Parts: sequence; structure tokens; C-alpha cells
Amino acid sequence: MDAALAARNSVLDLAQMSLREVNQLLHDNRSGDFLIRNPRGAHALACGLDGDLNVSIDGHVGYYCAGMNKRAHVTVNGNAGTGLAENMMSGLVHVTGDASQSAGATGCGGLLVIDGNASARCGIALRGLDIVVKGSVGHMSAFMAQAGSLVVLGDTGDAFGDSLYEAKLFVRGTVKSLGADCIEKEMCDEHEAALRQLLDAAGAKADVSEFKRYGSARKLYHFHVDNAGQY
Amino acid sequence: MCGIVGLFLKDEALQPDLGRLTGLMLRELCDRGPDSAGFAVYGTKICMVNRNGAVDWSGVARRLGAAIGADVAVETVEDHAIFRTTGAGDTARKWLIDNVRGAWVLSQGQSIEIFKGVGDPAAIVERLGLTARTGTHAIGHTRMATESAVTVAGSHPFSTGDDTCLVHNGSLSNHNRLREQLARHGERFQTDNDSEVAAAYLASRLRAGDTLQGALENGLKDLDGFYTFVVGTRDGFAVIRDPIACKPAVIAETDDWVAMASEYRAIAPLPGAEHATIWEPAPATVYAWSRAA
Repeated sequence: MDAALAARNSVLDLAQMSLREVNQLLHDNRSGDFLIRNPRGAHALACGLDGDLNVSIDGHVGYYCAGMNKRAHVTVNGNAGTGLAENMMSGLVHVTGDASQSAGATGCGGLLVIDGNASARCGIALRGLDIVVKGSVGHMSAFMAQAGSLVVLGDTGDAFGDSLYEAKLFVRGTVKSLGADCIEKEMCDEHEAALRQLLDAAGAKADVSEFKRYGSARKLYHFHVDNAGQY
Repeated sequence: MCGIVGLFLKDEALQPDLGRLTGLMLRELCDRGPDSAGFAVYGTKICMVNRNGAVDWSGVARRLGAAIGADVAVETVEDHAIFRTTGAGDTARKWLIDNVRGAWVLSQGQSIEIFKGVGDPAAIVERLGLTARTGTHAIGHTRMATESAVTVAGSHPFSTGDDTCLVHNGSLSNHNRLREQLARHGERFQTDNDSEVAAAYLASRLRAGDTLQGALENGLKDLDGFYTFVVGTRDGFAVIRDPIACKPAVIAETDDWVAMASEYRAIAPLPGAEHATIWEPAPATVYAWSRAA
């Protein structure tokens, strides 16, 4: 029997296997359920997955967990280090604890759910990924975010949405300060519907009427003809 | 890059294991800082390391004793020497810097001992016998050099005065001017390293009457650059990150210990780490633990 096939639904123990062996085994499988034990803060765990896999990780992970994820569902039962799910393309990444800085950075698609808090620069340079943070986010979150959504059930740090493009931002708690060109916008029915869909997908129980919507004032990234004489 | 760790034992029963546990933490961060490593252990003094060749440590102890009019005993550990004296630590430190050309002064105080070496951190931990050391708390560093030469003196921790020292991950951009200002006010420098300036800055603030909390908060205004610092004190340690907080830090606490590290994997080997309360220290915020509190 194919060794990779035999390993499906199996437990991968990082106390017994090397990080490279675990990642290679996940890459060799296009589907299947895997439980990873003893991550002990390992970096780049379950990175670059491309398939209909369900991967659960029991414990805290290090940097870049589930980076570049395609289609796979990755659950971390613990905290995640810097760069969680960075540049993910599709699928679902779910962290039950907190995430360190730059969670979901440059993410292109899929859904990232963080049950706890995310620290600085959550969703930096977002390009289509939807992020739902059930706790709070740190400073400079959604910096230069182009597309996708960032939903925060708690509060934000300083300079939220600085230099924002067209990403959609929703916050239930307090915004410590808005970044350059980020403004509060009217919450219309279509926005409430989109927010409700994201909250449902993330399993977050919250009333959409409690949220405020933020977006780009579009004064920073468009060339303004009145400024032509400045150049 | 660089890796930093701190471990504060709440449970006295763990004190014989302080060195072993700190060694496990430092080993995890070898690839964050392969150039050199150092650590400060609080348990029992002036600690020195020779630059090259042999130093007649017994002779140094005799001359120091005569110069400051006090008893001086010396113990050697590899290329390090620990002087115990009944005299004033400040005076002894100044005399040693001025009069022992072949060695650097690493620390002074009632309880601190600092050890440093160049090369693979795991090998340094082994060579300087960290594993066997006992004590109440320790801080350590693995260095990837950016600002100054890879030398023993340029390795961390840097002493910041009596029983205090500092490890740094990051880089300071205004260290040159600040060094000149501090030197004019009598601070002594042994390297061109930016982190030594941060250490001297804290020492000068503490001497001016700041509390550790106050000195670190003043540093937010006066130190320009990126940093996560761990500052070891006689009875504990403090952690602070600059307001931008690019340099990583994670803190974990159990009933038995508090640990800080650049990455969680350095905390993972500690007993009970999987059930610890874990958080990332917020920017521009002082976190401190003390036995005295």
C-alpha cells in the first residue's frame, strides 16, 4: 500500500518526526485528516498545503504556520507566532488562541479565524483574504490592505487601516486611532449582509448592529489633479 | 536578528535547575544568533573575561585589593574571573577597566555573574558550565551581529550598574550621539556596540534616581531605534519593547516561573510550558517581576 495513503487520518508526532518529514507528508497527500502533536513552537508548520486536507495541530506553533495555504483546513489548538497564514490563497485557517504580528499578511483568499487576539499588523497588505478576529488587534492592522475584509470583535490599536485601499473593515469595539486615509463609513444593508456572512462563517456570535464600518477616503492612493503643480 | 531569553523562578525548588533550564532556552535560539552568546546568572562580585592570552588573575586581585584597600578573592571559570571584594563595586570596576588592559569587565554587584563567549551558543553554554549553575533568575542572549564586531566584549548581556544588566534584540540609530553625551557625564564604555549605550543609559538614569520602570519609560523618549530589552535586576527582571514593536517577544507564566523569549520554542522546553499563560508584551509597556515586590 502507498505509504502516504496509509498515513491518512494519522497522528503526526513532532516528538518522533522531523518538521520536514511532517510537511513533506502533508504535501504528498491531496486529501485526508491529520493530527499534529508536539509542535512546541516549530516554525513553518503545515505551510504550502494544496489539497482538501483537514489538519489539526495540538499546541502552540511558531512563525508562518499555514502560510500560502490552498484549500486545506488548518486548525491550531493553541497560539500562533509571527506571520500566521501569510499569503494564504484559499481554505480555512483557525487559531483557538492568540496570534502574533502580521497574521494573514498579504492573504489573497479564504478565511482566517482567530479566537483570541492578534497583535500588530494583522492583515497587513491584505489582497482578498477575509479575517475574523474575535478578540482585539494591535497597531497598524490592515495597513495598505487592498481587498478582502478584517472583522474585529474587540478593539484595535493605533493607526488602524493606515494607507488603506479597498479592503472592508468592521470593528465592534474601540478604535484607538485611525491611520492615514482611513475613515468611518456608513453601514448599509449590503455591508450588514456581508458582515453577517463573515461572522456566521467564523462561528462568531455577535450582532452586526454593534459594528462600525471603516474604509478608504481614497484621497491618498488616487492621483489628485489639483496637486499637478506640485510635481 | 538575535535571540533573547529571561527566566525568573518563583518556585525555590527549581533553583538548582536554573542553569539547565536557561541552557535549554538558549539552545533553541542558536539560529537567531550564531555569532556569540552570553548569560547573566543571579545567585552569588565583579566578573571579567580576558581578551586574549592569559591574565594573571591572582596578581590582578592583589593589585585591586591594594588599590581600593579591601579584601579581594578570585575564582576562575575558563577565560572568566569572578572577584569578590569587601570594597565598593563602582570603585573596583573603574580600577579594573583602567588598569587591566588584557581583560574586559562584564558585571558588578552583590549577586550578578555574567559570562560570554564567541561562537556557537550551544558550545558556549557547555564550555562555561551554564547547566550546572544554580540561582533565582537568569537572562541570556544569542547574537547575530549588526552594529559592531563579533567579539566577547560585544556580546550581551551588558552590565548597567550594580546587579543590573541588559540584553537587546534590535538596533539603535542614535547610539553614537548618546554615547558621547553619556561619556561626558562619566559613563565608561568598552565597545562600539549600540546595546552597550542602552545599558549605560539605563545605568545613568538609575544613578540619577529613576526607578527601573521610570528609566525604561524615559528610554522610550531617548532611545531611537528598534528594541526588545530584557533587563536583569538583583531580584527579578523587566521586559520592554519599543513603540513600533517589530522585534518579537513572548512571555509565559506559571505558578512556578515566568519566562520571556524571542520565540515560544525557547519556552517550550520548560516544565509545564504547555499549560502556561502566554501573551505577547504590548509595545512601549514595562513588564516587571521582582522577588522584593
